[in-house]
Amino acid sequence: MEKTVNQKAWFLVLPVLVLVAFSAVIPLMTVVNYSVQDTFGQNQFFWAGLEWFEEMLRSDRMWDALGRQLMFSGIILAIEIPLGIFVALNMPKSGFWASFCLVLMSLPLLIPWNVVGTIWQIFGRVDIGLLGYTLDALGVNYNYTQDTIAAWITIIVMDVWHWTSLVALLAYAGLKSIPDAYYQAAKIDQASRWKVFRYIELPKMMGVLMIAILLRFMDSFMIYTEPFVVTGGGPGNATTLLSIDLVKMALGQFDLGPAAAFSLMYFLVILLISWVFYTVMVNLDKKGM
Amino acid sequence: MDWMAWTWPTAIFFMVIAALLITFTILAIKFPETPRTGILRIETTRGDRLFITLLGSAFINLAWLGIIGAHQPYALIVCLVYAAAVFRWV
Repeated sequence: MEKTVNQKAWFLVLPVLVLVAFSAVIPLMTVVNYSVQDTFGQNQFFWAGLEWFEEMLRSDRMWDALGRQLMFSGIILAIEIPLGIFVALNMPKSGFWASFCLVLMSLPLLIPWNVVGTIWQIFGRVDIGLLGYTLDALGVNYNYTQDTIAAWITIIVMDVWHWTSLVALLAYAGLKSIPDAYYQAAKIDQASRWKVFRYIELPKMMGVLMIAILLRFMDSFMIYTEPFVVTGGGPGNATTLLSIDLVKMALGQFDLGPAAAFSLMYFLVILLISWVFYTVMVNLDKKGM
Repeated sequence: MDWMAWTWPTAIFFMVIAALLITFTILAIKFPETPRTGILRIETTRGDRLFITLLGSAFINLAWLGIIGAHQPYALIVCLVYAAAVFRWV
């Protein structure tokens, strides 16, 4: 029997389309319009062509921010993914302590970004913060407002503190879905702990780990609030990540044209990476992982 | 429409994109197709290939602007070659 094709259900998607048009498509179109013009306010615009794109492509400022951004995302992924897996592997599998751990793990995820930023901003201060004061008392030269390395360590540790739980929870869900039969078979074969991880747990977690990597990458690539609250992009421009730089340009300096060109290129990079991740995930899905 | 700061070039740009989307929607309805696997070893439909073409074209244009920096319309020729390649082999 042939299935009847009824495309009328698409009309049910219409409200979402209208909403997305207002919240995303129209603003994005406006950004495109801004990117080829110059303005001095008063809603008056002058044609500038591709000037802003050219200026942005040749400015060290954007490339430096992109470099810092990639470094930040790379470092936090390199820490959070293995750490999250490690935590998930060591979490109790059932009973009271399993639930206890789950609740404990999800706590950092519930805290709003700016609050996380404020917590760490105070925590790291040498005069009143527990971390800063302790390190200072131990003779460690730590001052995130003046020292680049200290600032970087602070924002990275903060991100790890905030988001490793997410990776751990996802990995934990992946681990829980592995049937006992796999472990029993491994036991019969006298497989080592490493081999159980390498050939059973890791392949079975692949799907959720891809989601974790995608989520963490996108989130960290667009991060704004937390580092902004802690370091404000400083010292100098040392922690000025892409979105911090973009906001400085658009709202601080009111350079709408260059900022629009900048944000479109930023958007294109994100679109490209999302597409790659999405494609990889869909293909993993087809292979049944 | 004033607040959106429209210009003719950007309007034409969006009209071309919209026309492409509409054309491909009509094509998808009139001539349904099965996805195929190309050189990227991923399954693609016509719509996927259009997306790859448009996204790639954006990067080609930016690369042209950044590296060559003159005669921008010629970048569109590269884009067309790229589009043909994507639709043929991806």
